[in-house]
Amino acid sequence: MNLFGFFRHRGTAPVARERLQILLAHERTVASESDLVVVLREEILAVIANHLEVEPENVHVSMQCDDAISTLTVDVEMASQADMLLAANG
Amino acid sequence: MAKVLVVTSGKGGVGKTTTTAALGAALALDGQNVCVVDFDVGLRNLDLVMGAERRVVYDFVNVIQGNAKLPQALIKDKRLGSLSLLAASQTRDKDALTEKGVARVMRQLRGKFDWVICDSPAGIERGAILAMRHADMAVIVTNPEISSVRDSDRIVGLLDSKTIKAERDEAVEKHILLTRYDAARAARSEMLAIDDVLEILSLPLLGVIPESQEILRASNVGSPITISNPVCAPARAYHDASRRLNGETVTMAIPSGRRNLFGMLFGGRAA
Repeated sequence: MNLFGFFRHRGTAPVARERLQILLAHERTVASESDLVVVLREEILAVIANHLEVEPENVHVSMQCDDAISTLTVDVEMASQADMLLAANG
Repeated sequence: MAKVLVVTSGKGGVGKTTTTAALGAALALDGQNVCVVDFDVGLRNLDLVMGAERRVVYDFVNVIQGNAKLPQALIKDKRLGSLSLLAASQTRDKDALTEKGVARVMRQLRGKFDWVICDSPAGIERGAILAMRHADMAVIVTNPEISSVRDSDRIVGLLDSKTIKAERDEAVEKHILLTRYDAARAARSEMLAIDDVLEILSLPLLGVIPESQEILRASNVGSPITISNPVCAPARAYHDASRRLNGETVTMAIPSGRRNLFGMLFGGRAA
């Protein structure tokens, strides 16, 4: 670093601070939403399991938040009709 | 009334185990009855940092699985009579700690000690959650570095949702302990300053541990730094932090980054 560099030198800490502030503001909202999705998924799964046979990994819950509208998507993949009949008779 | 303290961070390598040993020994030096508990099953290290690695016969998992009684597994420190260690096991089965088993051991420990200090594993998985589960207080060990601060923020979220206190609508008392702090670099704006970290995490400061070669020296010889070299800067900072945990008001000695002309000209590193 030459003499001019020494006087012009600015530390990188302000950049770090700004990046962190932006990142955490985002992550704090996302974290609370994903917690909600986890709870919803568990409860939805429990209700469905009372009536139908589903594999836990075949239940997908996701939430999409836009400025105007938020959508909750519940996607349940069920076993084929034949499997279900077999399960019911067996 | 016993207090359960979790030393946690999310990120690995920030100084959780060093901090657990140093705070535990400092509290014991001040006459408190302390047990430090290693929750890092599979990667135990608290025994090494405490210099008790050759004295581990029974561990936390043995107690939980009923192969040993708690008093058999507690290792009394050779230097301080009021300091004990409950080691983690080296088993690779990370599910060896059960929720019920941990609850039972924590209840027993509360009956025997003034302080139970839980050394959390890194990460946000089951082990870290179990370590914080029974805590009344939390020390969040943070380096002045972006990834560490981000992970601390995640841990704060977990302390507010996954602990027994949180489930009872009570709050775990949370403190930030800033470790590996280099005041000279912070003064040159090369490192996040103390205020930056506190403002971002909006939590109170328990202490600032300066970056120091003494930390490695202490772990080399297997002694908590507050015992091996009680007058060095990091040991004094740890001891002050332990007194604050104990409810005392101790003025914060913030390391200053100012250097004299000699230092600026010759660019030596701050100790």
